[in-house]
Amino acid sequence: MKAFAYAKAPDLAAALAAIEDPGTSVIAGGTEMVNWLKEGIATPERLVDINGLPLDGIDARPEGLRLGALARMSDAAPVVAAEYPVLAESLLCAASPQLRNMASLGGNLLQRTRCPYFRAEVLLPCNKRAPGSGCAARHGETRTQAIFGWSDACVATHPSDFAVALAALDATVIIVGPRGERTVPVTGFYRLPGDDPTVETVLAPDELVTAIDVPAGPHTRASHYLKVRERASYEFAMVAVAAALAHDGGVVTDARLALGGVAARPWRLDRTEAALRGVSLDDTEALRAAVAASFAEARPLAGNAFKVKLAQRATLRALTTAGSRGMVAS
Amino acid sequence: MRFDEESEVTLRVNGEDHVIHLESRMTLLDALRDRLGLTGTKKGCDGGECGACTVHVGGRRVLACMTLAVSLADADIATIEGMAVDGGLGPIQRAFLDNDAFQCGYCTPGQVMSAAALIAEGHAGSAREIREWMSGNICRCAAYPQIVAAVAEAAGALGRTVNVTEPAP
Repeated sequence: MKAFAYAKAPDLAAALAAIEDPGTSVIAGGTEMVNWLKEGIATPERLVDINGLPLDGIDARPEGLRLGALARMSDAAPVVAAEYPVLAESLLCAASPQLRNMASLGGNLLQRTRCPYFRAEVLLPCNKRAPGSGCAARHGETRTQAIFGWSDACVATHPSDFAVALAALDATVIIVGPRGERTVPVTGFYRLPGDDPTVETVLAPDELVTAIDVPAGPHTRASHYLKVRERASYEFAMVAVAAALAHDGGVVTDARLALGGVAARPWRLDRTEAALRGVSLDDTEALRAAVAASFAEARPLAGNAFKVKLAQRATLRALTTAGSRGMVAS
Repeated sequence: MRFDEESEVTLRVNGEDHVIHLESRMTLLDALRDRLGLTGTKKGCDGGECGACTVHVGGRRVLACMTLAVSLADADIATIEGMAVDGGLGPIQRAFLDNDAFQCGYCTPGQVMSAAALIAEGHAGSAREIREWMSGNICRCAAYPQIVAAVAEAAGALGRTVNVTEPAP
């Protein structure tokens, strides 16, 4: 690990002033940053520790949640479990108890891909690690890679479970920087790789995520996060589904669906959501057809065509489970 | 705000203060093992994946390999060395021994620290729950059934109710 200078930010203004210098990186929970430092993925001259800032609140209000960027995953999960089960499940099926005690919610959103070529200890062609070096994954081991939204420059997926649940609930990210405060929907927070996969989010280097807002609604209770992975626990998603529904006597009035493990950002299933309106949750064939509507545009790679089928089946199951919860008419 | 590549930090480990001069890049794991001689905390993957370095900071289980020592000034740190009771084994260590909950023993300090936290968190309600909440601690010898039995026994000894008859999933 390259040496760096360290300071604890006494307040938000000091932290923002520090990151105006591009040689300064931010550390919060450290579960990603310390790995990046060890692996040479990040090589900052200075590291500003923001853990002392008062950004760890978890406020449940009638109009929705405000989750501080420095709240820990393990602290947020129990608070949101009753009214927002999809959020609690996405937090509790991620990482391990130790990591959840450390990892901040803001940092969770800013995780980088677990693509084995990006994380390789020996440098391999990766346009994220070394721009212009190519994408070893494109024609390499593609089992865990994207089926939506990838480019020849990068086929990686985003690893966050929490971001997928937030995307389904139309959450927004509160960002502060030298130009003031702005709000970005989680669905618009991540960039698809295009020609430049080094820029992964719309967060500028001189900005900080301070909070996440989740609007309340009749759909948040009838929600579920289903994670399909190769181990029963402590593993990243092969495919994950966040589902939230409002229904009237079992007939869907409003559906929100997002997939994880399939793209460089949480992937909303807009066509399925539209097709589900008016469909009975008992009508499995109609549900299946509605789900399939979003997969015509799937572009599987050589080794992950199974994800197209897996994701549709997982979506159907997540819908059914969500529908069995919180029978609330909209 | 001053940025320092090196600084003097007081680490409070198992109730005892240690003043050490360290580089900002030093992890808590390296500080414990190489600077304080507390080698009970093990370095497995050094990448946040195996749980061998599990310690408690402020009463919560965390990974020492993913924590910068410089960030822990004034924090209460507990390691496996602090688990002894009156110079002998604590109840969780005793339960691991009684249940053969290890073979090589390399992951055991982390398993014991994780188990202590799990019991305190109230996550020892059933064998299934223990398995899930111990999942951050990998045992390469695969002593998992014995580890679950040891955690359940220790939880019982510490006054927690455990449903051990529940079938495996």
